[in-house]
Amino acid sequence: MKRWLGGLLAVVIVLVALALAWTFFPSPREKSPQSASSQVSATTLRDPALIARGEYLAAVGDCAACHTRKGGVRYAGGRSLATPFGNVPAPNLTPDPETGLGQWSFEDFWRALHLGEGRHGELLYPVFSYTSFTKVTHDDALAIFAYLQSLPPVRQASEEPSLRFPYSLRRSLAAWRALYFKPGVYQPDPARSEQWNRGAYLVQGLGHCNECHATRDALGGLSPDHTLTGGQIPEQNWYAPDLSVNQGGGLEGWSKGDIVDLLKTGQSAKGAAFGPMADVVRKSTQHMTDTDLDAIATYLQSLPARPAAQALVSRVSFDRKKGAQLYADRCADCHGADGRGVAGIYPPLDGNTSINEPTGINAIRTVLLGGFAPVTAGNPRPYSMPPYAQELNDEDVAAVVSYIRQSWSNKAPAVRPSDVSVYRHTPID
Amino acid sequence: MNWFVLPYLAWSGWASRAAIALLVVCAPLATTLAADSVSTADSQPQVPDTIQQRVKACTTCHGVHGEGSAGDGVFPRLAGKPAAYLAQQLAYFQDGLRKYAPMEYTVRQLSPAYMEEIAAYFSAQEAPYHQSPVPSVSTAVMERGKQLVERGDSTRGIPSCVSCHGERLTGVEPAMPGLAGLSYDYVSAQIGSWRTHTRAAKSPDCMAIVANRLRDSDITAVAAWLGSLPPPTDMHAQPADVEKQVLPGWCVVSDAGVTP
Ligand code: HEC
Ligand code: HEC
Ligand code: HEC
Ligand code: HEC
Ligand code: HEC
Repeated sequence: MKRWLGGLLAVVIVLVALALAWTFFPSPREKSPQSASSQVSATTLRDPALIARGEYLAAVGDCAACHTRKGGVRYAGGRSLATPFGNVPAPNLTPDPETGLGQWSFEDFWRALHLGEGRHGELLYPVFSYTSFTKVTHDDALAIFAYLQSLPPVRQASEEPSLRFPYSLRRSLAAWRALYFKPGVYQPDPARSEQWNRGAYLVQGLGHCNECHATRDALGGLSPDHTLTGGQIPEQNWYAPDLSVNQGGGLEGWSKGDIVDLLKTGQSAKGAAFGPMADVVRKSTQHMTDTDLDAIATYLQSLPARPAAQALVSRVSFDRKKGAQLYADRCADCHGADGRGVAGIYPPLDGNTSINEPTGINAIRTVLLGGFAPVTAGNPRPYSMPPYAQELNDEDVAAVVSYIRQSWSNKAPAVRPSDVSVYRHTPID
Repeated sequence: MNWFVLPYLAWSGWASRAAIALLVVCAPLATTLAADSVSTADSQPQVPDTIQQRVKACTTCHGVHGEGSAGDGVFPRLAGKPAAYLAQQLAYFQDGLRKYAPMEYTVRQLSPAYMEEIAAYFSAQEAPYHQSPVPSVSTAVMERGKQLVERGDSTRGIPSCVSCHGERLTGVEPAMPGLAGLSYDYVSAQIGSWRTHTRAAKSPDCMAIVANRLRDSDITAVAAWLGSLPPPTDMHAQPADVEKQVLPGWCVVSDAGVTP
């Protein structure tokens, strides 16, 4: 009740702020793009070494994941990203003069990545992760731009976003940005090692891990006080766990090697990647160099311990006997009666982040959907898990999921059949 | 429990009694622990390093040998279908050309090479056919179905189904699927999905043209006729060279697009 009131209060405050901002904030300058006055010469942009570096960095930023339609040409845009406020299509990034970035100067591109502004000064929706990309250095941005400009141009007009009022007004973003967006390139911490700083730069910047791995508030904003502490991804309905390996953290007990394995191969001794993280691994992190993966792991290892979760006063009860029976019949063949899985083949369920996360969404949806761990160079022929959506009803799924959440060392709250029924109908995209 | 402590405990009378007591308490515990670790080793499942084991997700729906689901035939048969056709369909599910959410999720993370391997596995399976129920329709409807399948309908610009799907309706290598052995429900659902754009193929999408030229009653007719045919003894796709000429100039790609 108190939390609910607090939430309501926050929404009211924010709405007032929005109204004030609407009245007082200067409307973003409607600048006309300057032509050909770029500081960066065309020759620089054609440097093959720069382009190759840009290709790597674009993979680290996973730009293609959003800027490519299903089955479409890479970077030609068209994928529509769902947010609680409406859908925003990712535009064409190929150098087509009319529908892509053909007429963009590097300065235009820098303003998009660093300030979240379009070529005509319009404010961009933060579903484009510029809240993270603002930390990218000028040199790295230049390399990415050179790479994008080297792609074959594809003529494919971008659609207009379809958002609800007032979000449909780009100007309303001024207030949002005042609350949640602080532009600024990553500043290295001199007290830390070069490797740690590289990891922090990748995680906070191009890797944009926090865009999923943190809780968004009612307005879709991320609080600077809660970075990488885990959160449910709106609309997609998967839970991206807390990334601290220290006490109370979501990855408690993960070694550096476990983190590198997961990001490189999609599998680790602690768990496998699935859902949106499987996409991230397949399209982005598996392509990172070992040095960069080590750096990321080093940085994640330094995240602080988290306050112990409040003692679970879960009022949800479940049919433990039924859960145990279902587990023995349907799951133990692969995950083992002891929940330890089979190294390199079937992930352990004991101590698994994805089972112990607070909501239960990940385990429910994995049981409903099954699936393969992502195909990567390190795991080219993964094994799979059967989907149980047809075979098991909501009570069964709730029982077996609650059972694995409270077996072995796992101590997460039970889930309800009504939760299962909700996630049964979540679209898969 | 450190067993080296025991000899020292035995040094005094009370200590040996304590030791015995300890042993009595600990021994069953130790055996349980030992038994536990044995059963753990036993319960570590032995996982066969086979493609069949890897595709458990697929076989839950399509059957261990890709035989498909009996009865309604909701889960189509995969066994024996041309490998290139199966691999192509998996790519279509990935690319959103063909829609069915659970399939799309299952194939999403697979590479083209792995999909080809999986397709080859199912294509090589031999599994008996089961015939699915067909709703009772009039002889006139059956006749119409037979006509469309064997001769087509030139008045509506529809070539015969056999002209593409093979004289024996078992498909044509390398990638033309067969129609023999498909259930009434499956055939009508697939033709319907071409019309509602939940199924498409890369250009030239000849089946889209066929599907859109069939009347609703024609769909019932072909589905009923096909569903009622006894499966041929040899279900393998015919070699490519026996493919008959489709109506001249029918469904060819040129710069101007597809000319039906
Ligand atoms: C999470 C999805 C997502 C990722 C990842 C992403 N983008 Fe975007 N991007 C978008 C969306 C959505 C928009 C459109 C925003 C709008 O219309 O306000 C956009 C807009 C842009 C624009 C402005 C284009 C225009 O025509 O105005 C540029 C430039 C851009 N992105 C570059 C990149 C680069 C470079 C990367 C990788 C480093 C990247 N994006 C990664 C979703 C994404
Ligand atoms: C598009 C959203 C998204 C982005 C971006 C993302 N993650 Fe995740 N991540 C998830 C989700 C959802 C899960 C839970 C599913 C799972 O465990 O695979 C997850 C899980 C993980 C796990 C635990 C895996 C396991 O088996 O328990 C690690 C480690 C991780 N992410 C690291 C990262 C790092 C590092 C980055 C940035 C380079 C990142 N993630 C970016 C969504 C995302
Ligand atoms: C045929 C073997 C198999 C069976 C049977 C099976 N699983 Fe799985 N399970 C897997 C595989 C493989 C993965 C990794 C999938 C991925 O990464 O997408 C997995 C992943 C999971 C996960 C997510 C953990 C992680 O780190 O990826 C959960 C939770 C889970 N299974 C629970 C169950 C439950 C509950 C059952 C029984 C109802 C079950 N599984 C039956 C093979 C199996
Ligand atoms: C949840 C059940 C389910 C799972 C899991 C599943 N499929 Fe399917 N599959 C279906 C259904 C239903 C269809 C028919 C869809 C339609 O109506 O178009 C289908 C269609 C297909 C087709 C097209 C068949 C044809 O003749 O055109 C192929 C090929 C296929 N599946 C292969 C696979 C493979 C390989 C896997 C594992 C990687 C898999 N399926 C997993 C249910 C499933
Ligand atoms: C011009 C060639 C052509 C003709 C004529 C044709 N088809 Fe097809 N058909 C195809 C092709 C090609 C495919 C495979 C499409 C794909 O790749 O998705 C197909 C696929 C199908 C499928 C899906 C098979 C499966 O396993 O999912 C059905 C059902 C079908 N055709 C029915 C018919 C019927 C009924 C007729 C006659 C009325 C017919 N076709 C005539 C070319 C043809």
